[in-house]
Amino acid sequence: MTNVHTINALSGGALIGLASVFMLALIGRIAGVSGILGGLISDSRSGDHLWRIAFILGLVAGALICRIFLGPLPVQLQAEGLQLIVAGLLVGFGTRLGSGCTSGHGVCGIARLSLRSLAATVTFMGAAMVTVYVTRHLL
Amino acid sequence: MKITFSAFLAGTIFGAGLSVSEMINPTRVIGFLDVTGNWDMTLLLVMCGALAVALAGFTLVLKRPRPVCADKFSLPTKTQIDKPLLIGSAIFGVGWGLAGFCPGPAITALATLSPSVFLFVLAMIAGQWLAARFEK
Repeated sequence: MTNVHTINALSGGALIGLASVFMLALIGRIAGVSGILGGLISDSRSGDHLWRIAFILGLVAGALICRIFLGPLPVQLQAEGLQLIVAGLLVGFGTRLGSGCTSGHGVCGIARLSLRSLAATVTFMGAAMVTVYVTRHLL
Repeated sequence: MKITFSAFLAGTIFGAGLSVSEMINPTRVIGFLDVTGNWDMTLLLVMCGALAVALAGFTLVLKRPRPVCADKFSLPTKTQIDKPLLIGSAIFGVGWGLAGFCPGPAITALATLSPSVFLFVLAMIAGQWLAARFEK
């Protein structure tokens, strides 16, 4: 791990924190990506959809800006085909049932000192570590 | 309009943060989750950076009576650590460990136009839809 890499990780993290603070300060919402996306597929109030779509388009725009100024985006996939589809289904199902993901529980929830979010974060990190151990070292 | 623009701005900063920190790269994420392998501490550093800013920022923001562009704060109301929370989080964790993608990075990585990322995001949306049906 190089110095540049450490600085990128910390400053990138700070940007994620800053985005979450802006979200709360400006529109009073939690920047939880699974919840923002999930609000689009539940059939409730459609007047609520515009800001959700804007946030999601913003995520992609942020990556494109980095692509322009910093060079190619570093995305090396670790799964393909059926494994990727099963993973996506589990991530979607689990984040909906568990009311959040890494951003909503892991960053915003813990920053609000929510024990519920801390419990969720410990659970999904633990489950993910066990999964990686089983799939990469046992199978 | 103000709300839409604010959400776009926050999303853009969030997406830039995920890109700069390389959290859109499943290889980095799996490297962090692989605690018995060649451990990559990037994700931990990213969490520390994000939490330092969010902890300080949330404390200041929540002292205000209301957000700048809305009538009230819309915060989660559940506080109980219940079964759906733990079971859902465990299921999410298994999926996260299988592919190294969680929702934010997966959507942000759509910017690479990789068909595999689109496939993952579509499966994720299908999973959310299934869970919404399951909850009813």
